[in-house]
Amino acid sequence: MRSFYQRLFPWRQLFQWLNHSPTPTNDFGNREFAFTLQNDAYLRYQSFATADLLRKDVLRLMPSRFEIGPVYSTNPRDRKTLRNSSAFKPLSKELCFDIDLTDYDDIRTCCDKATICNKCWQFMTMAIKVVDVALREDFGFKHIMWVYSGRRGAHAWVCDKKARSMDDQKRRAIANYLEVIKGGSQSGKKVNVKRPLHPHLSRSLDILKTHFQEDVLDVQDPWATAEQAEKLLQLLPDRNLNDSLRRKWEAAPGRSSTSKWADIDAVAKTGASKHLDSRALLEAKQDIVLEYTYPRLDIEVSKKLNHLLKSPFVVHPGTGRVCVPIDTKALEDFDPLGVPTVQSLLAEIDAWKGGEDGEEGDDKSKVNVADWEKTSLKPYVDQFRTFVSGIIKDEGIAKVKREREDDSMDF
Amino acid sequence: MMRQDHNRIDPKRRNVVDYRKKQFATPQFKDTQYPHRLNFYADAPTADITLEQFEQWAIDRLRVLAELEACSFRNRSPAETTSHMKPILDKYLPLDSNSSSNTKLFSQRQKDHYSHFILRLAFSSTEDLRRRFSRVETMLFRMRFNSDDLSERSAFVSSLDLDWWEPVTDDEKIRYAAELAAMTSGKKMNNEDGTWFKVDWERVPDLVESRRVFLKAGKAYVPGREQSSMVVAEFTSRLERQLELTARALPRLDEDDRLTPILNHLSKNFITPDSAYMSGSTAPAGAQISAANIDNLSQHFPACMSNLHRSLRRDAHLKHYGRLQYTLFLKGIGLNLEESLMFWRSSFHKVTDDTFNKEYRYNVRHSYGDVGGDSNRRGGGYSPFSCQKILTEHPPGPGEAHGCPYRHFNLENLTALVQAMGVSDRSVLQGVKEDKDNQKFHMACNRVFEHLHKAEIKKAKDEGIMTSNQLETIVHPNEYFKRSYLLKNLGKETDVKMEG
Ligand code: SF4
Ligand SMILES: [Zn+2]
Repeated sequence: MRSFYQRLFPWRQLFQWLNHSPTPTNDFGNREFAFTLQNDAYLRYQSFATADLLRKDVLRLMPSRFEIGPVYSTNPRDRKTLRNSSAFKPLSKELCFDIDLTDYDDIRTCCDKATICNKCWQFMTMAIKVVDVALREDFGFKHIMWVYSGRRGAHAWVCDKKARSMDDQKRRAIANYLEVIKGGSQSGKKVNVKRPLHPHLSRSLDILKTHFQEDVLDVQDPWATAEQAEKLLQLLPDRNLNDSLRRKWEAAPGRSSTSKWADIDAVAKTGASKHLDSRALLEAKQDIVLEYTYPRLDIEVSKKLNHLLKSPFVVHPGTGRVCVPIDTKALEDFDPLGVPTVQSLLAEIDAWKGGEDGEEGDDKSKVNVADWEKTSLKPYVDQFRTFVSGIIKDEGIAKVKREREDDSMDF
Repeated sequence: MMRQDHNRIDPKRRNVVDYRKKQFATPQFKDTQYPHRLNFYADAPTADITLEQFEQWAIDRLRVLAELEACSFRNRSPAETTSHMKPILDKYLPLDSNSSSNTKLFSQRQKDHYSHFILRLAFSSTEDLRRRFSRVETMLFRMRFNSDDLSERSAFVSSLDLDWWEPVTDDEKIRYAAELAAMTSGKKMNNEDGTWFKVDWERVPDLVESRRVFLKAGKAYVPGREQSSMVVAEFTSRLERQLELTARALPRLDEDDRLTPILNHLSKNFITPDSAYMSGSTAPAGAQISAANIDNLSQHFPACMSNLHRSLRRDAHLKHYGRLQYTLFLKGIGLNLEESLMFWRSSFHKVTDDTFNKEYRYNVRHSYGDVGGDSNRRGGGYSPFSCQKILTEHPPGPGEAHGCPYRHFNLENLTALVQAMGVSDRSVLQGVKEDKDNQKFHMACNRVFEHLHKAEIKKAKDEGIMTSNQLETIVHPNEYFKRSYLLKNLGKETDVKMEG
């Protein structure tokens, strides 16, 4: 683990990402970091002037993970020496999203709790698609990075300057705009949306339709047993139709979810129910598609400016997997089980060096090539670097503009 | 504008006359005219008033605001709030339209104007007061705005000179025809005149939040009828800004000023209704509050806590917010930290000591203020959640058991739970259903309470043991417990103390 943070972790890129400029600024210096130590102590309000100081402390304390919080109005380490406690307040942070597969436990059949596989990872793929397009097209954000959380979820970091400076009310507005699946274990129907559907929802349905057929009905087969099928029937509006369906399915045990889904319309057409409200049926079916595919966000993470979230590229202590960025251009190809682990990466460095020993690799002739470039971490760091330079470029332009305006304002 | 605010507060003034001159008489202003009923309170008052007026006007406005806040704590709908507030407003803070040809228009508006500014001074000192003040002032403004005469209202809006919205062009209307149609079709939702405004989405977060606008590239397309939301949002954001500026200027108020005590007094009278349980870890007299006794005590729990208790017993586990809500409630009924840790340890019997210590122990201690930051420790941890908080914040997600069953359960599951709590009477169940349909969740809760304690309440009233004040609507789960416990133990303890 130590060698990972010593040799592989992309400190410089992380610094530039949070600093928004090559030379150290308050964006980095007043940023809160929080460490979870090996003994589970939790250290909040850490801050560092430079990437190197952060790196040193991480190597000294060897936290099992570290999190990133907001930029404060003053250095978080000085917060106690301030006379006036209101002078210490969070100013900005990326808008974050957290999606976790445990929230899908009532609809995924392949795994539960902490386990995942490529089948249920598809829920994450759908979620990323739906949220990403909304953030870009509806809200106009550009700098969005998705990061694998190391075990069973993904985080989004929206890094546009406008997003970073939002107050809690605006964050809550976005979070609630995106939230559709509501209600606890006892609340029954979890989707209750107005008709006609909001453009965001019709677009989401379009994206999700095929996933529903393939990744949910075919792969998860969520209504295979009679008991499971009852869950489906509970979401349908017409009692008579339900009775016919129930009879039909009882006669054919083992009928697949795909067929059962098709049966709904087929049986409805035969006139099984005299007073069938076909519009209500259609809407119920749309709601079901949403309930089984629409992203399940842990929206508390998104609502608060001062919420902390695990840093990208940290190693997940349970799986050893690195929290790498997910390339949304090749979203479908992302394999959560195949991402680099500490062990595999360290082996790769060794292999690259031809099994040479020597812990530090201080040999000057070899320093030209950074250690991460020798490993399968490279594409991820490259991706991160491109992402960061995109932010810095936009920020640079904005800054020049601002300075010009300031000049002309004549203070 | 703020410059004037700074000037208004003169550190050197020594007496009220002086104060009034400096505070309210900025020479470049003539007496304010009030062409509109509504006011954004942009300009500070400039004319003289007496000390009596100063105090009386402030108190009258405070009555109104406190009542408004109470409405929101009791979860009243906007329509109910309006009708509830009407007599109160008529009495303390009447404000008539131009067309009413009331001869007191000027004095009404002056009082409204001045009292707002006085309370602004009184309530700018802490962040919490500022937040609450701007929240209730916004409620008041919204109520008045919605009841304003239409033509007077549009005159008022155009006088505001808001430059941050632009009309949606015909071109855009054609390009986004389908999306815009989806925003307006439906019965009562038609967009009367077909006008649309385009604004930065940040201007209308409440419309975004409820998906009442179409969004494209960061712009919100707002139907004309939602104009009021935008005006109200503008009102709030300006007020918040002004409050912060006032707060910064406050320390300059002289200590010996004769107004300071009045202002302090005003702000103290504006206490939160649900702060009553801040430190309220007092058990009812005679109650044995221990880990071992919780099962027994749970007969006195409201539905929300009863459900948490049942879930905990069923699963030997609760998710984070469930634990938080329940821990704080238990703290509120008087379970001390040690007992609480014992309770949670034994309830989570499927996990090892190690896991418990690692994952759960800290949070329980944190809730009690045993660990955490200075302010958490000093404050003794969080206070137990009020119904208001439970009903409106953190709705439960999949697999979570916290929240208020009257709101967050579907009818079937709710009925089952209420039956399990001992209600079988059909008319009560029907009443609960209706309350739920009308979104009067706490009424349903009070209905169940009254049913379950029918005989005891009657006795308490007949024998004059409890006043009707002590029996008013329950708005806090801990109040539910306390009252239930006391009622069920009437007479068992000779000197049961009845506090408000
Ligand atoms: S109304 Fe209040 S006390 Fe009653 S169940 Fe809901 S949250 Fe609990
Ligand atoms: Zn799986």
